[in-house]
Amino acid sequence: MSKIVTIEPVTRIEGHAKISIMLDDAGKVADTRFHVTEFRGFEKFCVGRSFWEMPGITARICGICPVSHLMASSKAGDMILGVRTPAPAVALRRLMNYGQMVQSHALSFFLLSGPDLILGMDADPAQRNMAGLIATNPDLARAGIRMRAFGQHLIRTLGDRSVHPSWTVPGGVRKSLTAEQRDEILKQLPEMYATVDIGLDLMKDALDKFSDEVDAYGEFPSLFMGLVGEDGGLEHYDGKLRMIDSDGKLLENSAKPEDYATLIAEAEQNWSYLKFPYYKPLGPENGMYRVGPLARLNVCDFAGTPLADRELRQFRHYGGHGKPVTGSFYYHYARLIEILHSLERIEEILADEILLDHHIRSKAGVNQNIGIGISEAPRGTLIHHYEVDDNGILEKVNLIIATGQNNLAMNKTVKQLAERFISGDKLDQGLLNRVEHGIRVYDPCLSCSTHEAGRMPMQIKLISAQGELLDEIQRG
Amino acid sequence: MSTLPKKLRLATVWLGGCSGCHMSFLDLDEFLIELVAKVDIVYGPLVDAKTFPENVDICLVEGAVTNVENLELARDIRINSKIVISFGDCAVTGNITSMRNRIPVKDLLTAVYHEAQAPIGAEALKVLPALLKKALPLHQAIKVDLFLPGCPPVPDRIATAVTALLNNQPVNLQPEMRTFG
Repeated sequence: MSKIVTIEPVTRIEGHAKISIMLDDAGKVADTRFHVTEFRGFEKFCVGRSFWEMPGITARICGICPVSHLMASSKAGDMILGVRTPAPAVALRRLMNYGQMVQSHALSFFLLSGPDLILGMDADPAQRNMAGLIATNPDLARAGIRMRAFGQHLIRTLGDRSVHPSWTVPGGVRKSLTAEQRDEILKQLPEMYATVDIGLDLMKDALDKFSDEVDAYGEFPSLFMGLVGEDGGLEHYDGKLRMIDSDGKLLENSAKPEDYATLIAEAEQNWSYLKFPYYKPLGPENGMYRVGPLARLNVCDFAGTPLADRELRQFRHYGGHGKPVTGSFYYHYARLIEILHSLERIEEILADEILLDHHIRSKAGVNQNIGIGISEAPRGTLIHHYEVDDNGILEKVNLIIATGQNNLAMNKTVKQLAERFISGDKLDQGLLNRVEHGIRVYDPCLSCSTHEAGRMPMQIKLISAQGELLDEIQRG
Repeated sequence: MSTLPKKLRLATVWLGGCSGCHMSFLDLDEFLIELVAKVDIVYGPLVDAKTFPENVDICLVEGAVTNVENLELARDIRINSKIVISFGDCAVTGNITSMRNRIPVKDLLTAVYHEAQAPIGAEALKVLPALLKKALPLHQAIKVDLFLPGCPPVPDRIATAVTALLNNQPVNLQPEMRTFG
């Protein structure tokens, strides 16, 4: 008798996603689906508005990574203006972007996944959250909160507010940094380096603690995509697109962001509001790729900052000689290395006198009708593509969102976890959190296509093909 | 033990929005540590709870009501919460989330999805919640006790409101704390 298991992270609140697991007659997993159930329609309702408004509007796609949308949108605007964005403005934008990387990754690692990694996958669900972490590991929780606060503070210092700052604009940025502000940020860096060290130790403990099951959280071959700098180094703001396969072979090495449409196509399914992007030349079956911290560390030749490079060498041992790291559990590790790298870059940029240069914005009108802006969001490559008339009114908007690009991989991860942990007609309580964690490793930001962050309340139902409820467990 | 004051039960909910209001809530930073000593967070993105619990003292609701599931949850919230707060501009006015309202739902979906497999129609609605014709501010779905505007409300604003409620005081937001955007 075949059955469907529905894992419903209550599609009503933030969990605008749910999971179906189809079992065959023998009780084995036949198929799984990760459904995204929220729809917002930015690509349509922005048509008819001015591209000048787009940084402000598209930041509201996501409250977790508004800065990524500000970057991609402003860069699309830069291209429409067709003028050179002043170097100090680019440095300031990079600075804010690294601030966001720190806050977003700190949130994911310390406050959202931390409870699983530190308290354990089988810990009491009532305790396995931020409040539980504060109760049991107060110093660690405080350090994580302070690290997130540091990133938010940097964003606020530049843009007056931490969420949805009106600061980057087509052509540059609105406001520079004073020497006092710069020094005040610099003063906080030693504490942040110490916190990332604590995180790295915890991560290595977690890899030992979960060594029996690390390979269940999305260990499979796939392609990886991310920006790299002109020199092949780790990059988050601008550069060229690189795509590698699971053996580390280069499929694309110097694709221009403007050519993204030759690389990426999007499939759709009638059971999810989230599209399924794939690498076009290989088709939807073989073209599955991953983006985000894991992918960025896999595609880059080096990090380019000393501490992160030292850690990256260790990280690469998990892939094998010349090969990428293919287990999604290592997203956590990659996130910490990116925090470290971001702190080093923040220090580097703050030491640069260019920041105090007053020329931070180039002014122009519409000189091009197409603008394509790219940035690496915490969760992966983000692309904004606008087409405007001569007055700057939008005629077409296409947004390729980071989390969406991991959609195929998230589905595959759910399947892998289900195959490992589900069989027959009985469900195990520990399964709940493991499947949930399988999605959490991607730190999905369904805000960006929908919304979702943090912990998904869950209900698992085991239903027979006849619709009979065989078993049910809930958490909460 | 019995001399300790009873902890208030706080819920946070995320309907159709961007999560920015929740991020601003997290921007309370170390005040969060004080807060969880005084309240139990019984529901929301930061904790594991499957259904909206009973006897909630304060519920912060981010986002507009955009689909049938939001609508059902809004009703659960009202039935089970003493104080419901429209938390941020999307809940207060619809804001960005309601920018789709001038466009019929079918046109929205067909514009965003192009293929035969698109999540449109009866088959899709078996697993996906139907969109409402318009994204609604929360008070058009349920009675709201307090409005906390801002896109997002800055942490000071949240702290002021929450602190007053914890002390059983009326929430008195100064004019500069009542702005949109």
